[in-house]
Amino acid sequence: MNLLVCISHVPDTTAKINFDAAGKALDATGVQFVINPYDEFSLTKALHLKEAHGGSITVLNVGGPETEPTLRKALAIGADQAIRINATPTDAITVAKELKNHISANTYDLILCGQESIDYNGQQVPAMLGALLNLPFVNACVDLTIDGSSANATGEIDGGHATYSGSLPLVVGGKKGLVEEKDLRIPNMRGIMTARSKPLQVLEASESDTATQAIKFVKPAGKSSVKLVDSVDELVHLLHNEAKAI
Amino acid sequence: MDAFHHPDYYQLDDLLSEEHKMVRDATRDWIKRSVSPIIEDYAQRAAFPDHLVKEMGEIGLFGPYISEEYGGAGLDHMSYGLMMQEVERGDSGVRSTCSVQSSLVMFPIYAYGSEAQKRKFLPKLATGEFLGSFGLTEPNFGSNPGGMTTNFKEDGDDVILNGAKMWISNAPFCDVAVVWAKNESGRIKGIIVERGMEGFTTPETHNKWSLRASATGELVFDNVRVPKSNILPGRDGLGAPLSCLDSARFGIAWGALGAAMDCYDTALRYSKERIQFGKPIAGFQLQQKKLAEMITEITKAQLLTYRLGQLKNEGKATTGQISMAKRNNVEIALKIAREARQMLGGMGITGDFSIMRHMMNLESVVTYEGTHDIHLLITGLDITGENAFV
Ligand SMILES: Cc1cc2nc3c(=O)[nH]c(=O)nc-3n(C[C@H](O)[C@H](O)[C@H](O)COP(=O)(O)OP(=O)(O)OC[C@H]3O[C@@H](n4cnc5c(N)ncnc54)[C@H](O)[C@@H]3O)c2cc1C
Repeated sequence: MNLLVCISHVPDTTAKINFDAAGKALDATGVQFVINPYDEFSLTKALHLKEAHGGSITVLNVGGPETEPTLRKALAIGADQAIRINATPTDAITVAKELKNHISANTYDLILCGQESIDYNGQQVPAMLGALLNLPFVNACVDLTIDGSSANATGEIDGGHATYSGSLPLVVGGKKGLVEEKDLRIPNMRGIMTARSKPLQVLEASESDTATQAIKFVKPAGKSSVKLVDSVDELVHLLHNEAKAI
Repeated sequence: MDAFHHPDYYQLDDLLSEEHKMVRDATRDWIKRSVSPIIEDYAQRAAFPDHLVKEMGEIGLFGPYISEEYGGAGLDHMSYGLMMQEVERGDSGVRSTCSVQSSLVMFPIYAYGSEAQKRKFLPKLATGEFLGSFGLTEPNFGSNPGGMTTNFKEDGDDVILNGAKMWISNAPFCDVAVVWAKNESGRIKGIIVERGMEGFTTPETHNKWSLRASATGELVFDNVRVPKSNILPGRDGLGAPLSCLDSARFGIAWGALGAAMDCYDTALRYSKERIQFGKPIAGFQLQQKKLAEMITEITKAQLLTYRLGQLKNEGKATTGQISMAKRNNVEIALKIAREARQMLGGMGITGDFSIMRHMMNLESVVTYEGTHDIHLLITGLDITGENAFV
C-alpha cells in the first residue's frame, strides 16, 4: 500500500500561547513544536497498516524549514520518506491546494490526515482535500479496516457513529480511536539514527495566493476569581442581580 | 501540571543538533510513560522493575554508541549523555541499570571482546534479552580494586574461577557478568561469566536505603569452570576496567544533572504555589537564594557536560576531565536535592514528590564509580603529578 500521512507542525499542547504585538501572528519564541496529536493517531494507523499489508509511508507537510524536525521525527517513528512543500501554511484552502497538487501527481492508496490541527482548530483541510481530489472523505475517523482495494471506515457523527464502505483511495480525518493512546510510538534510538538517511524532499509551492488573511488574534480573557456561595438562594440572587445571567 | 521543561538558562539547546533533541525528548517521553508512574512504588518496595529491561532495549537505551552491526544505534556520546540525563531525571536506579549494561558490560565486550563474543553477547544485551553486570569491587577492595583477590587458573580449554565480588548492580537478575580477576601471574583479565555456570551464584544485598529500585548483589565464584573463549582478549591490566569506568562516569555526570534538574523543577513549582505568611514562599529571599544557587550550579554543570560531550565525541576526553565532571555534578545534585527537600517542608519527606528518592539515590552515586574523595585524588594527581592515593 502506498500510504500518505499529512502532518502539521503545531505548538506543544502545554505551550503558553502569545501573539506578536500586532496580533497578526503567533509569537513562537520559546514554543516547542510537535507532530499534531491527531496526525499522530493517523501516522500510527499507517504504521499498523504497513505492518499488516506491506507498502510504504510518505509523510507530507506544507511549511517552512522549521517544520523539518517534525518530519524527521515522523521518519524516526517509522515513515519511509518525507516531503515538505515549501510554503507558509497561511490558510486552509492554500494548504489543501498544495497537498492536492502533490497528491494528484502521484498515486496514493490512502490519504490520512488528522481530524484537525490543534493550532487553529480549523477542521477544514482534510474535507477540502477530499473535495479537491474528488475522493470520498470520512471525518473524525475512529476505525478503519482495509481489505484489498476496499475500505470500511467509521466516523463519529452527532450522537453516534456512522460506518461507510467504499473503495480506495480515500481521505480520512483521523482521531483517537483509529489507534489508542497507548499505541502511539516513541521513536527509538535506532529509528532516530535511520531517520538520518531517509529521504526528506523539499518541493516548491505551486500556489502563490492565499485566500484569506488573519486580521487579528485575541486571547480569551483570563479567568476571574471564583466566588463560593453557601446556598442556592444566594446563588440565584447573585446570578440574577450581579451577573445578570438569569 | 505543565509538561516538564528542563532548565536552560544559558540557551544550551541552541548548541544541540535536532537529532540530539530528538534523542533527549524520546527518552523523556519514555520516562514519562513507563518510569515516572511506577518508580516510587518500586523504590518504596525495594523491588527491581525488571519488566523495564526489555523496554529499555526496545527504546534503545543500551549501548546507543555501539555500531548497528552489533545491535547498537551508532549514535554519538552527547546522545548517550542526554539519554542518561533524562533517565536519571526519572530515577538513579534505572539509570544505574542502563549505565552498567551500556558502559560496563557492552562497552568492554565491544572494545576488548573477540568477534565471536561480540556476536554472541552484544545483540542480546542491546535488546535487553540479556541483562549484564560488572564485577570489579570486592569485600576488601573497593577504592583499591587493583588489590583484588578473585582469580582463575588454567585447566585445559577452560579456566577455574574463584572469589567474590560485592556491591554489584544488576547482579541478582543478570544473565551475564563481566568479571575482573587475576590470572596465575597476577595480571587482571576480563571474563564473561554466564548464568547457569556451575558454582556461580548471585545473592542479593538487602536493606539498602538508596537505589532501592536497582538490584544490587554479590557475584560468588566457587570453582566456576569458564571456557577460555569467554576471556576478553583485547586488553588486560587495571587499565581495562578503569576505561569502562570512564565511559560510565561520563554518563553519570549527565545523569546526576538530570536528578538535579528534577529536584530544582519540583522546588521551583512548589515554592510558587505554597503560600505562607500570605504569599508564595518563592517570594521570600531565603527561598530565592536557594533557587538562584540551584539554577547557577545546574547551568555550570550543563556547560561542563556539554563540553565534555564534545571532547568525548572527538576522542579527547581524559580520565581527569571525566572525574571532575562526575564529582562536581554528583555533588551539586546532592546539595540541590537536600535544599529542595527543605523547600518542600514536610511534603519533602514523602513519596508524593521525587526529591527524597533522588537524595537517597545520590548517596550511592556519590560513592560508586569512584568515591567523591577518589575523584579529588584523580584531579590532584593529574595537576601535580604526585600520587596521594597511597
Ligand atoms: C548501590 C551500589 C552499586 C554498586 N555497583 C557496583 C557495580 O556494579 N560494580 C562494581 O564493581 N562496584 C559497584 N559498587 C561498588 C562501588 O564502586 C564501591 O562501593 C566504591 O568503589 C567504594 O568502595 P568501598 O565501598 O569499598 O569503600 P572504601 O574504598 O572502603 O572507601 C571508604 C572511604 O574511604 C575513602 N578512601 C578510600 N581510599 C582512600 C584514599 N586513598 N584516600 C582518601 N580516602 C580514601 C573513600 O573515599 C570512602 O570515603 C556499587 C556500590 C553501591 C553502593
